[in-house]
Amino acid sequence: MANEPDYLDETPSQTAGPYIHIGTVPNFLGIEGVYAEDLGARMIDDQTRGERITITGRVLDGVGAPLRDAIVEIWQPDAAGLFPSPEERRGTADPHFAGWGRSACDLDTGLFRFETIRPGRVPLPDGRLQAPHVNFWIAARGVNVALHTRMYFPDEEAANAEDPILARLMAEGRGDTLVAKKAEGGFHFEIRLQGHGETVFFDL
Amino acid sequence: MTDDDTPRVQGSFYPRRRDDWHPPALAPQYRSSTLRAPRRALISIPQSWGEITGPVFGQNMLGELDNDLLRNFARPGESPIGERIIVHGRVLDQNARPVPGVLVEIWQANAGGRYRHRKDGYTAPLDPNFAGLGRTITDAEGRYEFRTIRPGPYPWPNGPNDWRPSHIHFSLFGSGFAQRLVTQMYFEGDPLIERCPIVNTIPDPAAVDMLVARLDMNASLPMDALAWRFDIVLRGRRSTWFENRPEGN
Repeated sequence: MANEPDYLDETPSQTAGPYIHIGTVPNFLGIEGVYAEDLGARMIDDQTRGERITITGRVLDGVGAPLRDAIVEIWQPDAAGLFPSPEERRGTADPHFAGWGRSACDLDTGLFRFETIRPGRVPLPDGRLQAPHVNFWIAARGVNVALHTRMYFPDEEAANAEDPILARLMAEGRGDTLVAKKAEGGFHFEIRLQGHGETVFFDL
Repeated sequence: MTDDDTPRVQGSFYPRRRDDWHPPALAPQYRSSTLRAPRRALISIPQSWGEITGPVFGQNMLGELDNDLLRNFARPGESPIGERIIVHGRVLDQNARPVPGVLVEIWQANAGGRYRHRKDGYTAPLDPNFAGLGRTITDAEGRYEFRTIRPGPYPWPNGPNDWRPSHIHFSLFGSGFAQRLVTQMYFEGDPLIERCPIVNTIPDPAAVDMLVARLDMNASLPMDALAWRFDIVLRGRRSTWFENRPEGN
């Protein structure tokens, strides 16, 4: 058929399995000398603009047990709402901000941790402003396609109320699953994969 | 100069085929998914800057041996035990265009099927000359290449006698965070592929086939290493004329 659209199919996903640390955070695992440092370990330096925050959290399974073999990545804009990416066309992001971070969940406690800054606001395609939020990505054994979610801030009430995505989820009774709790030095975000209070995950 | 020199940029990604192509979240034959699969439907949201942008990684962050698993952990003058192989291919998008600048990270078991990981208790020994990790960044034509050993199959606690086929784990970044992909590569002809509960989380045999690398004699090195070809397709994206927002016209 001459006019048949001929797009390729995407390579299918497979679980990251229990040993993802080897390939992504070898130094964390104790494999030293292959890479100088683990990627995504540092998001900020002394000159990064914006309010320093620490984000900690856990990923919980269907019986509330923390995953101790997951890798969590975040992707967020700088304090002005700009992403440090060549695809960013609205301006130039803070050169002292990586935007992307990667943290293994602690092999004993399951805690992940990011030292970052509070993100600025980013518009939707239609121009409406979203509330400040951090994009999350979770890969682990038992997760067949890595999961996308986002974390909002509990002290951004006004912005949260006008965020079109969060407002819709609040109306459906699930928005609270995306709002972190205040914690010492920053925020704590619990991600529930399944069951009561299941976190909202996105099909981007 | 054309009459319209507005830069042409990339727009939103095509939807993922989650119903009949990617594995479902819950696949009971893969036991680990039962307590870790979200039970609620995923929520679709518009792709904005946070989804169509992503981190970039420059060639200058790579060490000389990062894609050479034969040498990046071995003691001087020694090398790991196992079949020496080359794994190579191209990273394309669904529009069949090469994707340059993609960070490709891999990890794998050694020739005996053992991972260098404190949670792996399989009887097969560690290889003092093999760590099982590598990384590279695709070139302008989307090409990547690794040198490694063929990983061994190994048993795992799932069903009463489940074995993983030989496989290499892949993690890829595209140009946008929504393109992020983790998958596994298998070896053509391995009889364990069709018996694997993790492979079989994928519903369509044509999708499984995309994960099966082919023996590539032309790329092999005589008297040295066999080559396996594994092309990877990331989500495609729309082109759009940039105005002041990701979805232009």
